[in-house]
Amino acid sequence: MNMQARPQRELAAAGAARSSGQARVDLLVVSQMVEPGARVLDVGCGDGELLKILTETKNVDGRGIEISREGVNLCVAKGLAVIQGDADTDLADYPDDAFDYVILSQTLQATWQPRVVLEHMLRIGSRAIVSFPNFGHWKIRLKLLAFGRMPRTTNLPDTWYNTQNIHFCTIRDFRDLCNEVGVKIETAVALNAWGGRLRLNVPWWFWNLFGEQAVFLLSRRR
Amino acid sequence: MAEAELQSTPVTRAREADIPRESLLVRFGPDRPLKLDSGIEFSPFQVAYKTYGRLNAARSNAVMICHALTGDQHVASVHPVTGKNGWWETMVGPGKPIDTERYFVICSNVVGGCMGSSGPSSIDPKTGNPFGLSFPVITIRDMVRAQAMLLDHLGIDTLFAVAGGSMGGMQVLQWAESFPERVFCALPIACATRHSAQNIAFHEVGRQAVMADPEWRGGRYLIEGTDPRRGLAVARMGAHITYLSDAALHRKFGRKFQDRSNPTFSFDADFEVESYLRYQGSSFVERFDANSYLYLTRAMDYFDIAAEHDGVLASAFKHTPTRFCVVSFTSDWLFPTSESRAIVHALNAASARVSFAEIVTDKGHDAFLLDEPELFAIIRGFLDGAARARGLQDLR
Repeated sequence: MNMQARPQRELAAAGAARSSGQARVDLLVVSQMVEPGARVLDVGCGDGELLKILTETKNVDGRGIEISREGVNLCVAKGLAVIQGDADTDLADYPDDAFDYVILSQTLQATWQPRVVLEHMLRIGSRAIVSFPNFGHWKIRLKLLAFGRMPRTTNLPDTWYNTQNIHFCTIRDFRDLCNEVGVKIETAVALNAWGGRLRLNVPWWFWNLFGEQAVFLLSRRR
Repeated sequence: MAEAELQSTPVTRAREADIPRESLLVRFGPDRPLKLDSGIEFSPFQVAYKTYGRLNAARSNAVMICHALTGDQHVASVHPVTGKNGWWETMVGPGKPIDTERYFVICSNVVGGCMGSSGPSSIDPKTGNPFGLSFPVITIRDMVRAQAMLLDHLGIDTLFAVAGGSMGGMQVLQWAESFPERVFCALPIACATRHSAQNIAFHEVGRQAVMADPEWRGGRYLIEGTDPRRGLAVARMGAHITYLSDAALHRKFGRKFQDRSNPTFSFDADFEVESYLRYQGSSFVERFDANSYLYLTRAMDYFDIAAEHDGVLASAFKHTPTRFCVVSFTSDWLFPTSESRAIVHALNAASARVSFAEIVTDKGHDAFLLDEPELFAIIRGFLDGAARARGLQDLR
């Protein structure tokens, strides 16, 4: 696997929000789902923005895994407990129930084995939070339909041959995976293109069409 | 190597071993023996050390620096023998990542060394002669035990941090394993939890070089007035290669000739790299004791933390309260990143709070001693974060 390029995908996705000095909306939504003082593992933590938000606003005991050296070194220099590692291979080393939350922010679609990663997350943590870009968004559907080419959007600007996102899914697909793995969806939030939350009492197909990003809070099914 | 260069200077090192210059000294009498892994209760013994900065009122800002194989206590001040700057002046000092304006830095010479802590060149009070090979074999854990006794002597209960690279990193890991409650954070750099077969093999070549020197005299050279400097120099030359990377050697020397444009068709130091290694060897013997080299390489060879925990490394750090910052270097083939990763995996499995960074450099194992801005940023950031968590007030 390309060890270097993956974070650039995340940085690219986050670039617009960061340059304006604001935290990414999906990170804020994620942080709202975390209980104060919790033990948190952020898988694919990038430059540590979410961990920093969580440490400052929720007083969590936060740890991170990041694949890029630049990201890790930035995080450690910020005083965050982050190690260089890979979601696909390094989650296996963590013991069961080591964390209250395991977070995978904008990284699921870049893993080799999303299902295995998801299973590990809910083994290591009692809850998991997953955010990902929705490939079922109407703009993406329209672009594919109208031009017959792999769609590129502001949030997903890479060409198909250059992207780290090898396992795109839609909100519906992800919900199906949750059912198949047997995890419980506690909360799900869909964000529109402007970062606003979509209304709660709408059917899934509506979210799947108009949600540009989704954030899921999951727990083990009892 | 020029013959004349190596045959001069009578041995004066015994003095430095017994009365170290520019150092503090603590002597432990028969009432406080050093309990060695070999089962021996070694006594009396002494530890030479240096301190930098001020201990705060709460005694909570102490940082222990553990030196590497051929290092010593002169971490951030001029070396009394060589006149050179301290070996980690880039890292330790006022305003440096390990900031002596904030932290009280302690660095002691390891037992078995030759810069004032008891070692094979120290005088055996029973005979009045240097110990030589009658000095007991020591381990990394023994070194750490002696450091803990020094800490007791200084009245310091808990260290804010323990830091060190290579053999120093081994001591850091041993500190965390032996005294988890006394170590708030640990920075093992460019090291491993055990010496590999390759590591042991390189050390054995070095030891054999020393012992093959006829002047070694079965380790009795200080008594017989000889000096195994050629053997020790060869050992150092061989070891020095392992501290560098192929790329660094190539960048520094390539195939360049030394002060000549053509080969001499002899065994002179035609190449710059040869000349460099000879210099490294001959300057090393001016400050280091051959028997100490045997003892300290042996201590590293015996190091294997997991072995004491049925081979399960994670058990060594179970429930550890210590925060770890593990650092490795891409071109370090003596203690490669995979070794550091093994430490990180074990610490993860033990649910320890661990940071791990691999730094891109072509400088090899020695990178931890060199000017590596990324390393400085990481250590500074890690210590800042830990100091906040520890509630350390800024002394400035």
